[in-house]
Amino acid sequence: MTAVRKNHPAPGYDGPPDYRVIGRHGVFPQTSHDEVERINYLAQMNRHLAARVVPGVRAAYESRVEPAFEAEHGRKIASRHEARKAMLEDPAFQTWSALRRMTMEQRQQAGRWTVIRQREELNEKVRTLTEGDDRLQLDPTVKVPRYVSAIDHHCMPGSYTREYSPGDVTNGANYDHAGFVTTSGLLGTWSNGGGRAVAAWVSRNLPDFRPLRILELGGTVGHSTLPIAEAFPEAELTVVDLGAPVLRYGLARAKTLGVENVRWVQANAEDLSIYPDASFDWVQTTMFLHELSATAMRNIFAETRRLVKPGGIVMHVEQPQYTADMPWFEQAMRDWDAFYNAEPFWSRMHEMDLDQAMVDAGFEREWLVHGGVFGVVDREIFPDAQEDETEDFGRKAAWHVIGAIVP
Amino acid sequence: MSFADALNEAGAKPAGKRPYFLEPQIERVLAITMAVAQELAVARQRIDTLERLLDAKGVLGKPEIDTFVPDAAASAERAMWNQEYIARILRIVQQENEAAVLPDEAESGEMVEELAVEDSGD
Repeated sequence: MTAVRKNHPAPGYDGPPDYRVIGRHGVFPQTSHDEVERINYLAQMNRHLAARVVPGVRAAYESRVEPAFEAEHGRKIASRHEARKAMLEDPAFQTWSALRRMTMEQRQQAGRWTVIRQREELNEKVRTLTEGDDRLQLDPTVKVPRYVSAIDHHCMPGSYTREYSPGDVTNGANYDHAGFVTTSGLLGTWSNGGGRAVAAWVSRNLPDFRPLRILELGGTVGHSTLPIAEAFPEAELTVVDLGAPVLRYGLARAKTLGVENVRWVQANAEDLSIYPDASFDWVQTTMFLHELSATAMRNIFAETRRLVKPGGIVMHVEQPQYTADMPWFEQAMRDWDAFYNAEPFWSRMHEMDLDQAMVDAGFEREWLVHGGVFGVVDREIFPDAQEDETEDFGRKAAWHVIGAIVP
Repeated sequence: MSFADALNEAGAKPAGKRPYFLEPQIERVLAITMAVAQELAVARQRIDTLERLLDAKGVLGKPEIDTFVPDAAASAERAMWNQEYIARILRIVQQENEAAVLPDEAESGEMVEELAVEDSGD
């Protein structure tokens, strides 16, 4: 692992850091000068779209889209779907959408090229690091449900599960090394700003909580799990995910980062009968619920209720819910990923009454807790989401917490 | 894995029918343009890297680049490179302008049958 490099942007600079500050663990793909600059460019493009193009989309909504809708229908826009469909006719939304979609496609092509050209070496490195390690529990009989098998999340070909050869980590390495593009660096050196925020939230709000067994569902390569494992070194973490490529890569990545208290288990979180009731002190999901289905979410909430010990907690971290006071414009913009970026459950999930879903799963309403967290990053190097007034709908490192503290 | 396979896989389309926000022909051209813009940015950064390395190694300083004045021959070469470059990029504008004054031109396809028949003229 090479030392993290710092950059010192000019005082007036406002934007993503140079990609070269990103942390490089032992199975991080090698990146050429031009591959780095491609990522820098794409991060800046996302920043540009959010900071300099979205305000124009908003202005066009107010000056053109709303008046045109009212003239045609004799009433105001009355749902986020009406708002989105009306905007689809407006050139400002069309152009922003086309550019945002292309940037995502370019990011996938860029990241995949970097990984694919060296995947034999990466696969071999990961094999050497993980072979015979019982913390990696793969189960090739796990059936991938349709809400994962039919969808290439955020335009990522093969999503989290596709294997191109035995022992393959291509899609884990692609997901890990170029995620910087999507958040413009807001997740920090090790893409762990979400996990650090969760660990800090729990430490602050539950100072006496001493979890020994922690389960993270849909933990992929461990971006949000490792900081929890580091914050609670006496605990054993378990990452459950459907994707073998992300789990293999996750164990190898964790080992080269010196984080040893994490197990990596291939399973469907809807059915974790491999674990008895009350197996975990803490069940966590981070930016996971929106990639499920309504049925899967119900099943998973029921499993979390079954698996959490008395005195334990269940916590979900997600982008903000669509509330009655959130304008139709903002809801429609946040829905963009559901309709145009292969995140189809995003729309329904964000309008659901999550409190009721938790109650339906067997949690008492008075056990529920809510909060808000921002990505925790090395502020010397990275922009701070809390101080960033740019709104990149659905991408910003500003999340809501919903959880339950079980007596 | 062959080079061709790697090219195909890196650029593979994600699952699901692609949404189009503009006329498909326009969106296709914009997508190509944005990829070229990306590669221009990458090339520009590479030049910047070279300049800074050359500066750091004392080979030449940044002011030398900014105050560089080509001699007459170099000026002509560089000017001609610019002219050729722009003419290549704007080829379709030139050709559409040429066509604008030739309203009676036939498409090749319109001559397929005409030329297939023997003794139909010269």
